[in-house]
Amino acid sequence: MGLRASSEISDGAGGAHGSGAAHGSGAAHGAEGADDRDGVHDVDGGVDGGVDDEDDEGDGDKMADMNDADDSAAADDADDLVGTPVMYVQSSVSGAAKILVVGPMGVGKTTLIGTVSEIKPLSTEATMTQAGARLDTAVRPSKITTTVALDFGRITLGGELVLYLFGTPGQQRFLPAWKDLARGALGALALVDTRDLEASFDAIGHLEDLDVPFSVAVNAFPDSVLHSEDDLRSALDLLPHTPLVICDAREHKSSVQALISLVSHLIETITEAS
Amino acid sequence: MNEPREERTTPAVRPYVITRGRAGSSRDELPWETLVMASGSAPPPDLQPEYRRIVDFCQGLLSVAEVAAHLGQPPAVVQVLLADLIDWGHIVARPPVRAAKRADRDLLRKVLDGLESKL
Repeated sequence: MGLRASSEISDGAGGAHGSGAAHGSGAAHGAEGADDRDGVHDVDGGVDGGVDDEDDEGDGDKMADMNDADDSAAADDADDLVGTPVMYVQSSVSGAAKILVVGPMGVGKTTLIGTVSEIKPLSTEATMTQAGARLDTAVRPSKITTTVALDFGRITLGGELVLYLFGTPGQQRFLPAWKDLARGALGALALVDTRDLEASFDAIGHLEDLDVPFSVAVNAFPDSVLHSEDDLRSALDLLPHTPLVICDAREHKSSVQALISLVSHLIETITEAS
Repeated sequence: MNEPREERTTPAVRPYVITRGRAGSSRDELPWETLVMASGSAPPPDLQPEYRRIVDFCQGLLSVAEVAAHLGQPPAVVQVLLADLIDWGHIVARPPVRAAKRADRDLLRKVLDGLESKL
């Protein structure tokens, strides 16, 4: 069951996966060139996400590992274990929490998750309600299944808590996948690309419908048009208290700060309520 | 995702067969972030391979989502298998923070402090 056969990828330009591989093995992730940047974001479902400033080689390895992860469904134990080394959670950890990273295809969800995750981002399927249909390769998977690849990462906090970040595609047809994931989530970070604000409407609408508290992070692309905060808020129809930050999903500090803005907001929300 | 790859990744046994059609059943599913680990109790020799694989794999703490991703099974299937293994005492779960605790200020503070320490 091709783990990477995500609707998110197949929904986009054909060969998105292939171009992801090209970036993973070729173009240096550390490069700041606009072309490379675009590549990364065009392939949101790809594994370029692990933008790792200090270790280009590591990214190469990551790509190889993720490719192996593709194959892990091939019912071969050895491949599974060798393909993606397991990094167990510290035994001191007593609980887990999760935050959703939501947004349209190509907005940088996987990039952000890879930037902050302590494990190489993993990918799994949200639903398998049409498991059999998936095998019909004559039709593009996105047309016939509701399966969707979700990328996720992990951060251990303070030795006793792990935080999971689940990248959740925004389109309407993925809504069933949300309900399972949203249950118990602390909140969500909604990623927005100012070059295509409308693409984020669905994701933000789902969060509101499911009553998941969220903040908005604009992933700044090199060719992003600069909007005033007021314009963005108005365009996205955000409530006054919903945080709106600018971030660079490739940068660790910037991505962590986006998460901090969300959690701070969550704390403020309960403080006000109590 | 070309065709050969699609074909190669066809599982030998369809996941619904493994779980006897129970994926997505009314049974309360383990949230994806639930941490699980082998209990250390020796599984019976006749345990189905799909179950044994999970027990063998869970020698340390991992989330349901990680077990699913590493084993190449959909979480909906792994949730069911893990629930059985928990019932049988071969897997123990550390419950995730439940929805009811979403508004837990102490938890959020811990998350915030933890994130700030990553800067």
